[in-house]
Amino acid sequence: MYVAVKGGDQAIENSQKLLAEERRGDPRVPELTLAQIREQMSLAVDRVMTEGSLYDPELAALAIKQARGDLVEAIFLLRAYRTTLPRFGIGEPIDTAAMAVRRRISATYKDLPGGQLLGASFDYTHRLLDFALAAGDERPVAEIAPEGVEPGMPHVADILNHEGLIEAEEPDADDAPVFDLTRESPRYPADRAARLQNLARGDEGWLLGLGYSTQRGYGNNHPFAGEIRVGEVAVEFAPEELGFPIEIGEITVTECQMVNQFKGSANVPPQFTRGYGLTFGHCERKAMAMALVDRALRADEFAEPIEAPAQDEEFVMAHSDNVEASGFVQHLKLPHYVDFQAELVTVRALRRKAGLAVDGPDSAVPDAAE
Amino acid sequence: MANRRSPAPTAEQSAERRARQRWMSVLAKADFADLDALWNNLPSKPAWTVVRAPEVGMVMTRGRAGGTGQRFNLGEVTVTRCAVQLEYGAIGFGYVMGRNRRHAELAAAVDAMLQTPSRRDALERAIIAPLTLRLEESRQKRSRKAAATKVEFFTMVRGS
Repeated sequence: MYVAVKGGDQAIENSQKLLAEERRGDPRVPELTLAQIREQMSLAVDRVMTEGSLYDPELAALAIKQARGDLVEAIFLLRAYRTTLPRFGIGEPIDTAAMAVRRRISATYKDLPGGQLLGASFDYTHRLLDFALAAGDERPVAEIAPEGVEPGMPHVADILNHEGLIEAEEPDADDAPVFDLTRESPRYPADRAARLQNLARGDEGWLLGLGYSTQRGYGNNHPFAGEIRVGEVAVEFAPEELGFPIEIGEITVTECQMVNQFKGSANVPPQFTRGYGLTFGHCERKAMAMALVDRALRADEFAEPIEAPAQDEEFVMAHSDNVEASGFVQHLKLPHYVDFQAELVTVRALRRKAGLAVDGPDSAVPDAAE
Repeated sequence: MANRRSPAPTAEQSAERRARQRWMSVLAKADFADLDALWNNLPSKPAWTVVRAPEVGMVMTRGRAGGTGQRFNLGEVTVTRCAVQLEYGAIGFGYVMGRNRRHAELAAAVDAMLQTPSRRDALERAIIAPLTLRLEESRQKRSRKAAATKVEFFTMVRGS
């Protein structure tokens, strides 16, 4: 039971003023601009857009500023804002094969067509704090090759698919409905579309932990990072009044294709299976974890025993959303005085029944709901 | 993909549609500052009425499982749309990612003007060609920086 409480208006107002002052920090330090956050905290912006389910770097930067860098709070702000906007419609599926690739690596093929491009990555840094950055006045300059990246970079899965060594991913019918968790309540068992949408906006930490658990043996499916690619894809949308699709802009996305151990049956010879991860922006750890969990959640499809948490779709999907999780955990801070008073009465009655002397409330401390 | 939505167009309509898709894409992807500067340099601009005032909303983007498989909802993008009508009748639409109302309105105005045959060549030269060039330059620059990070792996062959 939750009983509303009244009062505390002045305290709340003053708390919000204090929050604003603390967010600003020392006024002698220059205030952050949204452009600074967007440009120099870009991976935080990407995470907030992905889990906030809204691609808009300016708004994500504003959310991060307002949330004092608390990214889960920023995601909440972005989610709340998106509910105020009308939806004009649904875009065509993005074409990641046509991506303007800025990073593309494979752990399965050394010399794949199009090559391996490290792009901008922390992977080979030494993880030593760089005190030159502390001094400021950074003016790094990237190398520029004489030619751009080769056009036409096939997915690694296509190479395996050519030999029939990996399960094919066949498109669904163009007019088939696609589950949308922003419009419909979850149903279990869920289909892959529902799972992928849930994972795409799911908490990175939750997916990282679950993905890691599969590698440690809790639902192991022997993954290889078949391919990770980062770059820009066009967003295509067909407005009703035009009747044909037009490109309305470009987004950066990260895609991860995991290649997992074989499955076969009486009708299908052994093949590699697949897990898929896709995020807004450059969220590589998230895309990889998503691909691991996507594959783990396909246990039922491959008649694998469902024994580990990462294979249990209801467990994974019902707890992946950090806005919901944060809300439910943090609601424990709200006044529960009446509930607690009821518990006090019960525990005193139980103790009395057990023959223990009960003194009654301490008169110096008023009881919970008094 | 558009074909399933509407009756098959004639060759002329298809060419016209492709031309419009191309310029609408350029207008949407262009940096607003570039578009605004080129617009301001135009010697003559027609008057227009706003049929649909710039409005901010969202479009849901989708991915496909494995890149080619079943569709799923990835997340929304902010989009601003606008429709204008020129004094001599042509209606133009602007659909532009982000929340820049002026960008959507200028995109709609240029779309309407480009549908006017007498204006098209001059406008292509004054606005679409330079914007296309800027977009291509910026794409090339990103691509060349990525190409500089291409790995050349060596497999060590032991013995001989």
